[in-house]
Amino acid sequence: MGSWGLILALLALPIYYTLHDLISGYQVGLAANGHPIVHHDLSLIGFNLVEGLSNGSIWALIAIGYTLVYGIIELINFAHGDVFMIGSFTGTTLWAALGLTLATGPLGVVLGLILTLIVTMLVTGSLNVLIERVAYKPLRHAPKLAPLITAIGFSFVLENVGLLWQGGNPVSVADLIHSGDTLFSISGVAVHRRDVLAIGMMIPLVMALSWFVGRTRAGRAMRATAQDPEAARLMGINVNNTISLTFMLGGMLAGAAGIIYALYDANIWYFQGFRAGLIAFTAAVMGGIGNIRGAVLGGLIIGIVQQMSDYRLGTQWTEAVIFVYLILVMVLRPRGLLGEETREAG
Amino acid sequence: MSELKAQLQEWREALLGRMPTAPRWVGGRWSRPGLLLGIAFLIVFPLMFSQSSGFLQATIIALAYVVMALGLNVVIGFAGLLDLGYVAFYAFGAYAVGWFASDFFFAEHISVLTSATPGEIGIHLNFILVLICAVIVTSTAGVIIGLPTLRLRGDYIAIVTLGFGEIIGTLVVNGSSIHIFSGQTLTAGNLGISAPDLPYFPGIGTFGLLSLRPWYWLILAIALFVLFVVYRLRDSRLGRAWIALREDEVAAVSMGIPLVKTKLMAYAIGGAFGGMSGVFLADFDQTVNASQFQFSFSIFVVSMVILGGIGSIPGAVLGALVISYINYYLIPDVLNTLPHTFGLNFDLTDLSIGIYGFLLVIVMVLRPQGLWPEKRRKRELAGEVAPELTEMAEPTAWSGEIGHGQR
Repeated sequence: MGSWGLILALLALPIYYTLHDLISGYQVGLAANGHPIVHHDLSLIGFNLVEGLSNGSIWALIAIGYTLVYGIIELINFAHGDVFMIGSFTGTTLWAALGLTLATGPLGVVLGLILTLIVTMLVTGSLNVLIERVAYKPLRHAPKLAPLITAIGFSFVLENVGLLWQGGNPVSVADLIHSGDTLFSISGVAVHRRDVLAIGMMIPLVMALSWFVGRTRAGRAMRATAQDPEAARLMGINVNNTISLTFMLGGMLAGAAGIIYALYDANIWYFQGFRAGLIAFTAAVMGGIGNIRGAVLGGLIIGIVQQMSDYRLGTQWTEAVIFVYLILVMVLRPRGLLGEETREAG
Repeated sequence: MSELKAQLQEWREALLGRMPTAPRWVGGRWSRPGLLLGIAFLIVFPLMFSQSSGFLQATIIALAYVVMALGLNVVIGFAGLLDLGYVAFYAFGAYAVGWFASDFFFAEHISVLTSATPGEIGIHLNFILVLICAVIVTSTAGVIIGLPTLRLRGDYIAIVTLGFGEIIGTLVVNGSSIHIFSGQTLTAGNLGISAPDLPYFPGIGTFGLLSLRPWYWLILAIALFVLFVVYRLRDSRLGRAWIALREDEVAAVSMGIPLVKTKLMAYAIGGAFGGMSGVFLADFDQTVNASQFQFSFSIFVVSMVILGGIGSIPGAVLGALVISYINYYLIPDVLNTLPHTFGLNFDLTDLSIGIYGFLLVIVMVLRPQGLWPEKRRKRELAGEVAPELTEMAEPTAWSGEIGHGQR
């Protein structure tokens, strides 16, 4: 009963709005005579889905960082959202320093962005490792909740860095990829450049990560440490380095997400990491915390729910809708969508 | 005769077993005169400052946070349920003031034991009645929030409670567009319900905004009451059930501890204290503004509990005082003027969140167990063998009930 309820709950919103669009239709504007123009087709729901998937791709990349860290040391890394913010800031500063503007040609933009992406990922990855070394490593044998406070502390420190860096108000940055241009459309549903960018970057990054965790020696060490740090240590795995590596990977993905976000929205803000972190953490938990595929799935679902709520109910209700979804998932399936039975959630 | 004597002896033991010999609600650490002296000092404390002193104001806010931290410590510390949505209870407490002690419900003309003139617009209840309303509302809310978390453990509880906190936060922000009856909205949203009734007590009079001492005594009374209740709770059957659940849920349940009731009681009691403090803070701030009820508030209180030492009552008090003083006194009143006293033209206001975060990291790294850790946890961390055995051997309230074999 639980899994059917779960599927029903997850699909409720899209199904409701699909039927709503087909039967009562949706208003697209006003005709010259003042009557509303109403359409009865699936293009609005398609638009919601595309935007939701692309938005969700960003949340997915951040959510992986939460899930990796949680899987290995059972810590909610509250500073992670702010690492993502630093990623946006580093990326935009870097591409401005490289001289990328709206006037730069396509080849220049692509090469410049690839360089920016690599450097930013290294910066945020190292930043995450630094945070781990300073704030979490000394507390490995402390009470379980102690690192939560240092995480919160570091989150504040990073927010302050962002505040000093770009000021207290949202800053608009060069819309390098002309994010709002329609690239192609599938039966009336416009797919923008930004959607292709976000989804097209998330998929290879997630595949690379899955390959790394699943196929390499270092990845095996990560999985072993996540299962049992003590046994892993006895097998000759350097647990400290493995944990640092995990933070490195999480930070790198957050940096990539930061750049995608900056290109997608052409807007950055020192406080963006707070909300993104909250949403991504929710996504990680919804998917089953500790599970990479779960984090991606959770991110995409939340992206879609968020878009539908933004368009239909109004942005001011979105946060509540996301959390109602989360609570539904948790009640119907306490271990998350793809989570395994563990002692943590029986 | 000897039978009677034995019977008497048995009763006496049972009685002594139930009644702790030392005043355990102060941790058995202080003698009674010392305690009375301490309370006397706390009562005369505000006389050392002027009625409008900034330090006194910070102290009043700090004491309100002590109540918050003590409440959250019941949930996180005693029962081991990481609650990241504590702001919900603050919101309910504050809206108890907004709804029942202001002119917000413009269609009503109700006044019970207040200084409001008869026929004045709105519902005006006496401060104590508002407090009672808030306790009822928040403990009910605690149970409702607790229900979906019953099957969850660990950090899954954190995210669900966080979700509830955010839902309540969104609801009160958007409450200004929810109409409950003819033009009456649910909340005033970000505009806020301003100037709720000042506390009024028959025989004492109405509190003034410019004289801070009565506010201090009021919150001190609330804080001491809550402190007393929390100490008694910790040593009660319920308190021991919480600790047992926290340490090992499976073992606790198999020993016959009612899981649902025990967990829900933790949420309800913790929530009730948060609501009481919310009532006071809303009245003291003289506004009930939806923008106050953010996730960051929950984090603020959680950091007090953990910084003080999870599960430790004096720790929660100390953590709340330290963090409140840092935020409401040290950073705004002392640090920000520091560069000027040294003749530097340098503003620290922009650095205040960073300084706060940095202090959290430093304190936690230097003292991972918290400022004033719980006795039981301190021993565990020190790696002593079987700490539970020494606890059992102490002639405390334990012995009385073990003998009675209640399951």
